This record gives sequence, C-alpha cells and structure tokens, in this order.
Amino acid sequence: MDNFEAKRRSRAAIVLILLFAAMAVLVVMNACIGSYSVPLADVVRLVKQGIAEGLESTDTMFSVLWKIRIPRLLADLILGGALGLAGFLLQTFFGNPIAGPYVLGISSGAKLTVALCMVFLMPKIGILSSGITIIAAFAGALLSMGFVLVISQKVNTASMLIVSGVMVGYICSAITDFIITFASDANIVNLHNWSKGSFSGISWSNIKVMAIVVIATSLVTFFMSKPISAYQLGESYAQNMGVNIRAFRFMLVLLSSLLAATVTAFAGPISFVGMAVPHIIKKALGTAKPILVIPGCFLGGAIFCLGCDLIARTAFAPTELSISSVTALFGAPIVISIMIQRRREG
Amino acid sequence: MQEYILKTSDLSVGYNGNTLIHDINISVKRGQVLTLIGPNGSGKSTILKTLTKYLKTVAGTVYVDDKTLDDTSNRELSKKVSVVLTQRLKTEMMSCRDVVATGRYPHTGRLGLLRPEDKKIVDDTMEQVHITELRDKDFSKISDGQRQRVLLARAICQQPQIIVLDEPTSFLDIRYKIELLGTMRRLAQEKNIAVIMSLHELDMAERVSDYVMCVKGDVISHFGTAEEIFGSDIITGLYDLKGGSYNHLFGCIEMQKTEGDPQVFVLCGGGSGTHTFRSLQKKRVPFAAGVLQENDIDWFVAKELAAEIVSVPPYSAVTENALQSAMELIKKCTKLIVCTEDFGPANAACKELISFAEKLGKEIEKQN
Repeated sequence: MDNFEAKRRSRAAIVLILLFAAMAVLVVMNACIGSYSVPLADVVRLVKQGIAEGLESTDTMFSVLWKIRIPRLLADLILGGALGLAGFLLQTFFGNPIAGPYVLGISSGAKLTVALCMVFLMPKIGILSSGITIIAAFAGALLSMGFVLVISQKVNTASMLIVSGVMVGYICSAITDFIITFASDANIVNLHNWSKGSFSGISWSNIKVMAIVVIATSLVTFFMSKPISAYQLGESYAQNMGVNIRAFRFMLVLLSSLLAATVTAFAGPISFVGMAVPHIIKKALGTAKPILVIPGCFLGGAIFCLGCDLIARTAFAPTELSISSVTALFGAPIVISIMIQRRREG
Repeated sequence: MQEYILKTSDLSVGYNGNTLIHDINISVKRGQVLTLIGPNGSGKSTILKTLTKYLKTVAGTVYVDDKTLDDTSNRELSKKVSVVLTQRLKTEMMSCRDVVATGRYPHTGRLGLLRPEDKKIVDDTMEQVHITELRDKDFSKISDGQRQRVLLARAICQQPQIIVLDEPTSFLDIRYKIELLGTMRRLAQEKNIAVIMSLHELDMAERVSDYVMCVKGDVISHFGTAEEIFGSDIITGLYDLKGGSYNHLFGCIEMQKTEGDPQVFVLCGGGSGTHTFRSLQKKRVPFAAGVLQENDIDWFVAKELAAEIVSVPPYSAVTENALQSAMELIKKCTKLIVCTEDFGPANAACKELISFAEKLGKEIEKQN
C-alpha cells in the first residue's frame, strides 16, 4: 500500500549514495590528475605517509600532493558544498527558483569588502588572516543582502529581485575595479586572480578556518530543515505551524550570507553553482524535502566544484582557467533548461 | 472547564496599527460553527488573520482557551488553531499526502520526522475527507476543488481545537461546496472543534452556521444565531442590495423588479409561477400576478418581482373583489400566462379569468 512512499525513499537513498560515490571519485581524480601526474598507487602511499609521519618531506610528489592538491580539493569540496547550500537557502528565502549568492550580488558585496581590506588594511597589518577575511566578506555579503532585501520589499516580483541583485553586483564590481586601480603592484597580482574566482593558493590554515565555519553553518542549516519545510508552504502557513517568522528569516539571511561570504573570502566570487545545484538535486531526489535536499545540495555543490576545478586546472594546462568561466559554462545551460521546463509546466 | 474556546473583548483589527474594524466582541464555544459574512473588502480576512495571530491586534484582546494571544507562543497556538487560507499554495514536488502531513508539524520532533502514529493520523484524515485517491498525486497538478480538500485535511490533521478558514468555498463547485460544509458540521459535532470561517454564499452560511457575524464598515453590524441573522431583513441592509433583493425564507436572491404598467398577467399559485416570473424579469417585462394567497410560495417571489399583485389573505378563498381587480389588470395586459390549472375550492373563481381573457381576445399561453 505504501508503495509510492517506499519507492520515493529508496530513490532518495540511492541518489545520495551515488552522489557520495561521485564525490569520492572526483576527489581521487583531483589528487591524481594535473600537470604533475600522481599515479593512484602513489596517492594511496603518500596519503598514508603523510598521516603517519607529518607533512615535512622534500619529495616533490609528496609536496605536490600534500601542499597543493589536497588543500585545493578540500577547498573545492567544502566551498562547493557551501555554495550549494547557500543557493538552496536563498531560493527558499525568496521563493525564487533562480536566486543564488552570485546573481543576487551577495558574492560581489563580499568581494568588495575583501578587496577594500586587501588594499587598505594589508599594508598596515602585513598579512590578512583567514578570520579577518571572512569577517570582511561577511560584512560585505550582509550589506548587499540588506540592499537586495530593501529593494525586494518595495518591488516584490521574482524578476525584479534578480534584476536588482544583478545591479547590486555590478555596482560592487565597479567599485572593486576602482580600488584595484589604486592598489600597489604587489597587491594587484593577488587581487586580480582572486577577484575572478580561483581555488588556487589555498593553505592548510585556510582549510582549517573554512572547515570550521562551513561545517558549523551546515549543521545549523540541517537542524533547521523542519522550519524550512514549513516555510516552503509560504509564510502564513509556516507561522500557523508555530514558526517564528522573524527569527527564522533572520537566521536564513545570516546562514546564507555566512556561507557565501566564506566562499568569497577564500576563492572569490563563483557563479552558477548556488543557482543550479539545488534544482539538479531536487530533480534527482524527486522531492524538495529539506532533510534530504540539504545534504544533497552540499554533496552536489562539492561535486560541481571538484569537477569544474579539475577542468579549470587541466583543460589548457599550464594556463589555468578562472573557475567561474567553467562553472558558468556548465551552470548556465542548466539554469536555462530549468526555466524553460518550469514555464512549460506552468 | 472553560466555556469559550475563543473570545474577543473590544478587539480592533487593522494593518500597521491603523484600525479597520473596532469593538469586536464575539465568542465561540467548542463544537460551534461561526461564520463571518459581509461585503467584499469589509475586512473579514483581516479579522481572521488577527484571530490566528498573523496580524497584530490593534487594540483589545483575543483569548484562545482562556489565554490571551500575546501570552500564547506561536508553537502553543499551532496546537490549538489551524488555518485554511485563500491564497493559492505553490508547492514544489510535494504529493498531496506530503501537504496533508505538514499538518503534523507542531506534533513532530526536532527534525520533523513522521512517527508511525502521525502517518496513521494523516491517512485517516485523508480518508475522512475522501481524498485517499489523491495520496500520491502532485499537489500542483490537481484541481482547485481537490486542493481545497487537501488543505482542509491538512488543517484537520493538525488536531486543533479551532479551525479558521478564509473563504474555503471560493474555488469549489456546488457539489464540493456542499460536501465541504458537511464536513465542517461533522467536525464541529463529532470532534468538538470550533470552526470559524468567512463565506460568500449566504444560503450556505445559514445552513452551516450556529452563529453569524456581519461585518460592515468599521464595525460588526450584527452578531447572533443563524436564525436571528437570516430570519429578518438584516442581509438586504448588510449588502446594500439595490439591484435586487434577498429572500431570507428561501435563502436566495431575486433581481430587481421591472416597474411599469403590467403587460402580462400571470395566473399561478403553489410555486407554478416562480420560474415564469424570473424569465419575465430577465426580459424586463412588467407583469401582474394573481390571484395569490398571502402565504403562497409564488406570493413571496411575486412580492419581489411583480409590478402588481392581486392577493387574498392566507388560506382564504378568492373574493369577488380580488377577481374584479384581476380582470381590470387583464384588460390592460396583452397576454395571459396560465401556469396552473389546479383549481380547488379556494381558487375555483380563477377559472373565470381564463374565459374572461379569451372573450377579450387576449393571447393565452399555457405553461405547465
């Protein structure tokens, strides 16, 4: 009798397992493939060695793996997951299927404040710690989120929301460009790479900070899956189910901004991941239940970034593509096909 | 044991602190149905939204279960009051069962997982509202009538003490309207739930409600039992009916009568003339009706629609006088419509009217 439910449950389980497997495969591929190739057998051996003996070694292959590849693939995984989740939260918050941290200008806001810190604060205090960068990015993310919120309250249509987000993004990018013009030569190289979005140059200390922030935020998000499911029916029904709407909306803004800010702080603005991943995941799972979609989006975002970063690194090696160009190449067609499908379904 | 499950005292409602309706004093007991009626835009929804704490009270107090709304947390309230709203619900990949199951929200744990007993309640409720066959259908792909029933099931499965419904019959056809209102009554009586709703259909409001509240302008113009409200001319005043009238006995409306010299005389009685009256009204033909006893069904309708009526007191025979006035009218008319040829002791004299019209060469049409 409960055939339908059983089918749906096993489908969700299978999809989550497949996502996990795909992520594992991509992690291994990211470790092996590159301008300096590391065979799979060596990866296993060197990982064991690194765990057993620590990270000090003069071996080139060991250094490539432990100092470059592993931090970078971990960043792909953590930040990609964060982007997927941020997209899901924003789409829920605005009830808008094409919302995402990039298109709403949140990433650009974070980029602006981080650039400001790099240019004006860095010469004074030497080097920016991960913590300061995240805080700066978070402030910028909240600022543009606030701006978009004000506009969305005045003109409450789905398309206007996106238009105002894109405009906020342009304004922030324009100001960032001005700032870069005034930056000293040494900063420009850093800034230029980062402001276009890139997973390169991630250190182990970066990984520690981003892991703490993203994992904590993701856990909080997961434990909010119950009110999120209520909110999916709309504000008035959610309120009648006992959700404190003001507090809940505040939390959504906070969590999505924090996730988007962390990504921007370490890898710069990355487009389309947050927008496309939640749709693919919901379609694959066959449900929009937050308790399944939240872990799904994290895995999906991680897979998307691991895959795109692999392409960005290897497609025209040794020249590295900016990560956003790759994510856009794959993400944009997905978003377009979703919009067409939605229109058709009415 | 408390008496009233919901009570308001000098309640004012409105948006952003601006009063729309003031001095609302109503009370509902468990097992009762209270209906809000009133013209469009009179603020019925505003009142309902305030009772469910979606809008802040502007002044005064709402007591639910002897506790003021301000002292009741959203969580607590969600176990006492559930809602069915007018706004369309847009869902994404949710089966009807998923939608109904959201009603269990206040009763589930931290992650909102359904326990076996929750699932049983969901399935039982769906059966009760006759939507078991919709179980696995996508909520966004069913008809408006079906959606309304799914949402009702959702509200019931929240197991509240009060259900608040904002125009629940809006998208329903007559069959589902009757079914829905039947379910309301059953809920009130069998589960001892208080039902508070707004309705547009006055006839249905009378049949389903225990108490009726009339919202007009910035006050509650009337609050009373269904019999009190509908057993008088309150409705005509409430809606400012000008282009027609509301017949409180039949619970139906009649259009505006066509004034002027009668062109047609309708010979009728016992309900035989009512449909003829209405079709003449549609063509805007002024007509006379007779000879009717003043408790005949046709008399009640003719009162609203006929330009002239020839009548005699209840249960009395047709008098010579009445017959004379009928003949005077027939003289002026071009046509006689005979709706009934059932003549008994009380109206035997009417037979004469037919031969009278024949003699005058008037057109005679028989409709029966």
